[in-house]
Amino acid sequence: MKLKKGIPLIDQHDKNGFWGGKFGGSYIPETLKKPIEDLTKEFQKLRKNKKFLKKKDFYFKNYIGSPTNFVKLENLSNYLDGAQIWAKVVSEANGGAHKIYNATVHALICKAMGKKYIIGDTGAGYAGKMLSMAAKKFGLRCKIFMGAKDIKRQKPNCDAMRRNGAEIVPVYSGSQTLVDAVSECMRYWVSNCDNTHMCVGSTVGPNIFVKICGWSTAQISKELKAQLKEKFKKIPKKLKLINCVGGGSSAYGFWSEFIDFNKKHIELIGVEAGGPKKSLLHAAPLSRNAKIGILHGAASYVCQNSEGQIHETESISAGLDYPGVSPIHCFLKDTKRARYTYATDEEALNAYQLVTRFEKLNPSLEPSHAFAEAIKIAPKLSKDTIIIVNSCGDAKKDRDILKERLVRN
Amino acid sequence: MKNSLINQSFKNAKKENRPALLTYTVAGDNTKKKSLEILKSISNYADICELGFPHNTPIADGGQIQTSAYRAIKNGIKINDVFSIVRNFKKSKKDKPVILMGYYNMVYQYNENKFITKCKKSKVDGLIIVDLPYPENKIFAAKCKKNNINFIQLISPTTSKLRLKKIINDSHDMIYYISMLSTTGGKLKVSANEIISQYQIIKNHNKSKNVVIGFGITEKTIKSLKKADGLVVGSAICKEITKSIKKRQNTVTNVINLVKRLKNKIK
Ligand SMILES: Cc1ncc(COP(=O)(O)O)c(C=O)c1O
Repeated sequence: MKLKKGIPLIDQHDKNGFWGGKFGGSYIPETLKKPIEDLTKEFQKLRKNKKFLKKKDFYFKNYIGSPTNFVKLENLSNYLDGAQIWAKVVSEANGGAHKIYNATVHALICKAMGKKYIIGDTGAGYAGKMLSMAAKKFGLRCKIFMGAKDIKRQKPNCDAMRRNGAEIVPVYSGSQTLVDAVSECMRYWVSNCDNTHMCVGSTVGPNIFVKICGWSTAQISKELKAQLKEKFKKIPKKLKLINCVGGGSSAYGFWSEFIDFNKKHIELIGVEAGGPKKSLLHAAPLSRNAKIGILHGAASYVCQNSEGQIHETESISAGLDYPGVSPIHCFLKDTKRARYTYATDEEALNAYQLVTRFEKLNPSLEPSHAFAEAIKIAPKLSKDTIIIVNSCGDAKKDRDILKERLVRN
Repeated sequence: MKNSLINQSFKNAKKENRPALLTYTVAGDNTKKKSLEILKSISNYADICELGFPHNTPIADGGQIQTSAYRAIKNGIKINDVFSIVRNFKKSKKDKPVILMGYYNMVYQYNENKFITKCKKSKVDGLIIVDLPYPENKIFAAKCKKNNINFIQLISPTTSKLRLKKIINDSHDMIYYISMLSTTGGKLKVSANEIISQYQIIKNHNKSKNVVIGFGITEKTIKSLKKADGLVVGSAICKEITKSIKKRQNTVTNVINLVKRLKNKIK
């Protein structure tokens, strides 16, 4: 299993849609074969179409607000007294998280395909909020599938979805979180694929959805590459890019331009959700060595039992609370290009407190997992090491959880 | 697979001038013992018994089958129990074909080859793997055939003409036509005429294949699709089981009565 250079990772799959010969694919019911084939053809066409690309760039700049800032966290760096810590503040993007890139592209594709209805899944509520925004912007009717547990814990984003005119469909099956939302969204698509476009909220699902999402979030690392050259004149010699990993869309977007570099030069670190410190449940299939399985139409490392039943997961972060992960991250793990670890709920909360104590930054619980790892390793590293954390979401949505869990003094 | 039990049961139904009746129940719903009992008793009226091996993330199933599956899993059903249900069933009903139906992850975790061997040992007649479509299923389907197990291909209203032809060419004794764009358990939203005309297109490609229609078939709709080689009823039966449990009535009796009524409608 080997990575190729000079080809985007999203395109390094074989003709059956597998990365590294075993991750990804399209395990779908017969009914979805045709809509997925249509979508695949359309995307192939659009990504080469100059007019479409111009349109995409226009909306990325004027609607999403690219580029997002790249800043040094001086106080936090001084406090930790090791590596320099920087942040790519992707939460500045319109709506407050990276999910806007994928949502905007899907809305544009939906328009191009002449469909009037768009559906999507959401965990933290950002994917849903962004899809509802894009739907409103482009005149599409929008339905969002969301676990009942997540609807309760991410209320601010649900309010936003409703304000944008989207219908939230609560999902009561299983653990009532993201995994159930994705299943229910796919079921709805099976029944309505003739007039409805489906957006998968991360780099998961059947092959084509991994590709579209990765292609969209790749904007983040394109910006970062230019910003690095601007700030440091060239790409720093010791660089570490730390990102939280739920499905893996922000991590892929943050890393895509840097995958071809040597890992001694640019280390890629993915941080999964370790769940509550004392709980056996987690959402960390990569770092806690889950076996390969098939979930939501793709083969990837999946938290599951020996019979292939998908495990319930638990995390304080709704966005990371998912038993599967992108096939492209499985590929990056097995080729050893990226290193994956996890942070517990408590570590993420501590990191949130430390970051907000020192900096004018308000990372949501998802990127707080990435900050936890940065805080852990920075003190041991030299001052010329540059750690960059993708601060990919804003904590406004976590208002209630933070209030409950943090006793401030 | 010329003298397969599946082929034979279609022939028998044809002799009686009616479509074959295929029932779907979930293994272990609501207990192992009960589901075997249900299977045995409905097989007196059904021509082919489909038995689901329950998965907890079934992306193509609607509410009724999900409920049955979650119930069975909660009561501890394991893949090996599913095989033992079939083995026990076959002890007294050796001529009744059984088709196992489920999702690929469970086959994958069990190991494809081991799964097929176990099917053969338990006398499973056919397999439907919902999320392993053509052509991804080619290798697996060939392995099944080699072991005298029917791999059942699915065709849906979205299947293109070219694809249809290829799928039929690659199919074994039976083809499953999904009546409409829906998960299981949806309400029939397409007219019977429309469904039958799609069915006829499949038939016209190869008359020797037994084509069954499933999804949205209930006591209300079954008669209108009588022309098909076979008709599959699943969610309606699962719903009956749920209802019986809720009302604390005898599940077996209620399910037998439902299957009898279904059978009467297509006689
Ligand atoms: C802010 C934020 N970060 C991260 C994630 C995790 O998803 P992914 O790994 O695809 O970036 C989510 C998902 O909802 C999110 O809202």
